[in-house]
Amino acid sequence: MRYAETGFNLEIDLTRGSIERVATDPRLTELHLGGLGTSAKILWDRVPPETEPFSPDNLLIFSTGLLCGTPATGANRTIVTTYSPQTLLMGYSMMGGFWAPELKHAGYDKVIFRGKSPNLVYLWINNDKVEIRDASHLKGKGAVETAELVRQELKEPNAQVAAIGLAGENRVYMASIEQGRSSASRLGLGAVMGDKGLKAIAVRGTKDVNIARPAEFIKLCNEVLQYIKIRGEKPVPGVMPILAGLGSPQEMKLVDEEWHTQNFMWGNARERKRDYWNKEIEEKWKATQESVRTRLISCYNCPMKCGATISVPGISTYMMKCFSKLTYTMAAFSDLDFGFRIAQRATEYGMDGFSTPQVMAFAVELKEAGILTDEDFAGCPSDNEGKFYWLLDRIVRREGIGDVLANGTYWAAQQIGKGAEAYAHNNIKKHEQLPLKLGMLNPVYYLMYCTGEKINITQIEGQFPQAPFPTMEEREDFVKDWIQVPDEKFKQYFLDWEFRGERSNPYYPTVDMSVDIVDWQEMMHYIDDALGMCAGLSSFPLKPPYHIHNYPVLISSATGIDMDEAGLTQVYRRNRTLLRAVNVRRGLRRADEKPPEDHWKKRFPELEEKLLDAYYKFKGWNNQGIPTKESLHELDLDYVAEDLLLRGILTDNEDTPSKETSLETEKK
Amino acid sequence: MGEKKKKIIKSIKIDVDKCNGCRACEMICSAFHATPKYSSNNPARSRIRLIRDPLRDVYLPVYAGELAKAECMGRDKYVIDGKEYDECGFCRASCPSREVFKEPDSKLPLKCDMCQDDPPQEKPLCVQWCINDALIYEEREEEVEEEVKLEDVEIGLESMIDKYGMQKVMDTVSRMSASKKG
Repeated sequence: MRYAETGFNLEIDLTRGSIERVATDPRLTELHLGGLGTSAKILWDRVPPETEPFSPDNLLIFSTGLLCGTPATGANRTIVTTYSPQTLLMGYSMMGGFWAPELKHAGYDKVIFRGKSPNLVYLWINNDKVEIRDASHLKGKGAVETAELVRQELKEPNAQVAAIGLAGENRVYMASIEQGRSSASRLGLGAVMGDKGLKAIAVRGTKDVNIARPAEFIKLCNEVLQYIKIRGEKPVPGVMPILAGLGSPQEMKLVDEEWHTQNFMWGNARERKRDYWNKEIEEKWKATQESVRTRLISCYNCPMKCGATISVPGISTYMMKCFSKLTYTMAAFSDLDFGFRIAQRATEYGMDGFSTPQVMAFAVELKEAGILTDEDFAGCPSDNEGKFYWLLDRIVRREGIGDVLANGTYWAAQQIGKGAEAYAHNNIKKHEQLPLKLGMLNPVYYLMYCTGEKINITQIEGQFPQAPFPTMEEREDFVKDWIQVPDEKFKQYFLDWEFRGERSNPYYPTVDMSVDIVDWQEMMHYIDDALGMCAGLSSFPLKPPYHIHNYPVLISSATGIDMDEAGLTQVYRRNRTLLRAVNVRRGLRRADEKPPEDHWKKRFPELEEKLLDAYYKFKGWNNQGIPTKESLHELDLDYVAEDLLLRGILTDNEDTPSKETSLETEKK
Repeated sequence: MGEKKKKIIKSIKIDVDKCNGCRACEMICSAFHATPKYSSNNPARSRIRLIRDPLRDVYLPVYAGELAKAECMGRDKYVIDGKEYDECGFCRASCPSREVFKEPDSKLPLKCDMCQDDPPQEKPLCVQWCINDALIYEEREEEVEEEVKLEDVEIGLESMIDKYGMQKVMDTVSRMSASKKG
């Protein structure tokens, strides 16, 4: 028997309409755990690097994590993996909700799609019965609407449905995959789903998920739950409210948005409004939020309430979480009421609430700069909010200028020319980033922005405070119960960190300390992404219930696989390096690893080079960010080394620089 | 006939406004009732079910009660605070008209047993795992009149006597016992 996992994947060929149930190799679970780890392995093995994202040969993988469907609180994430049309690199985005546990109970760990359906279809997984069904009647329907219609049509109110909206159908690069209160939004995965002619996946499962050593496992799960309860009563002092607790930033619950509105940038990631927040706005926004928020809601088997049901009078109900509450509001220099209204339309269209507002604000800027013309905006209403609705509708339908903007700011700027490139200023690896512009370079964040394969800071950061604490007393108080540190040295790093002077940014944490801190942060995210654990209970917040000390026993008692801290660290390194190798094979090089030029005002080119050198060295990669033959060997990835050697990306002689290439030069 | 007796009534108070819809109650119920305990879990086997319709804000945790062999005649709709509820949403029966409260493989009915355990659990597991307090365990003492219950055999014999008369039943019993001994 297989424990925690089912041991079977579904293989769906949309071109031929074939469905297969395939047993998986348990050895791969030992090497990669599951989720992102095993999905990266499948991409490496089966999708050659020259494959275009919109090729029928590209795979679209919906994966559960190894612990999804077990009693482990918060293990509910679906990890979606493919080659991204936006970055051309490996795209992975995750969603919480209820879909992954349901798939486990149906008897599968992953659903792997290849090919393209000639007409729009949806997949219906009902335990052993799996069928591809016609979806022509769902064409153009909203993502939330589609889920409802599918459930009604199947007469199965308990089916969990992941669906795309019009944006995905039209291969808009910002298209998301929506599922109840959650979505896999980043990197254009919805566009690949639409390209494959797949409108939705409905799943219902009523089978058991088995645990190897139940008594040991449930004891740990109980401890985690109790910790969550106690931690909820003890917010971390000295940090802003949204970072004090567990879960995603609690923006559906909290009304106080002083920090976001005054520290994040408005418009096209341009303008900081330091004195925006006041009593009057707080009261107005509070009234808005409380009038539309029906209930605070959770994902499967999790007591945190990070999401909310939003019912704006006159438009259909949808669900929201986290920062998408403010992205439209701030991009349009508008207010919260507008934000909730336009987000409803964008959610039905199935759009990334992160990139979409920036793309629209970018278009508005280009118009103001005279780079886009009246002709491009023919028919656009003159009022500010109306303009954003108009742009949203054009982008989703790929009409006129919308067809250009639908490819995101990077590609749109290339196509528009006339200096538009300077306006696509907030990208890393061609993808829009948080609208954040700061003063002094932070060495830890510099590394995370540069090197994260997720290309989204919120999926890389966590664990370590974002800024020093003012007094030694506060710091000592903070480290007292900091049981999550992998090593005691991290406490000292934090204790010694000052706002000013020698031990402050950018030279402190030192280069080596910065690398250590980043490695810890990455480690927790990579473990979570393989287990299907929500980052909000592990890698993202301060002092989370899951950490490197309780994970090994948890994994071992659930699965029966022998696991200790060293073993788990090795799995993390293997998965991290394999993801890097997938991207290296697609052309990623050092030259691509940089934050937006204007992310920090004060930059330190020499220090930045040193940071990157040290990070690569620590990881066992060469100075181009390519894993070396030796380090690949240590991670049981010799087949990766062989392939990279064969392609001339690695050379046998370490002194010979490898073939110079980078995404920037190659794809132009 | 009866005498007054004190009895502990175990019940769970359900505060639907506090439910966040996570279904931890379903998960842990099925895990607790697995054999061996916690060796598997499967919400489809759970003795508590969350009737859940997020877009209409319907969240109703309901516990498995007695088996109803027949479908009920015509089910009503309730409108509470502007939200429409199906009567089934409040009904605890395992019955032919719906899938809930039946073992998925055998279709045998399920019933909540308040997590009887040795040593006893402080509270049922669903309550322990609902840290948002949508489920609150309550015990109350009630005086109940204890009826003297007739044993099954006695009930059966009484109806035979009603039908055939005392003598006939006695004759039959003695004949049967003689032939069994022989």
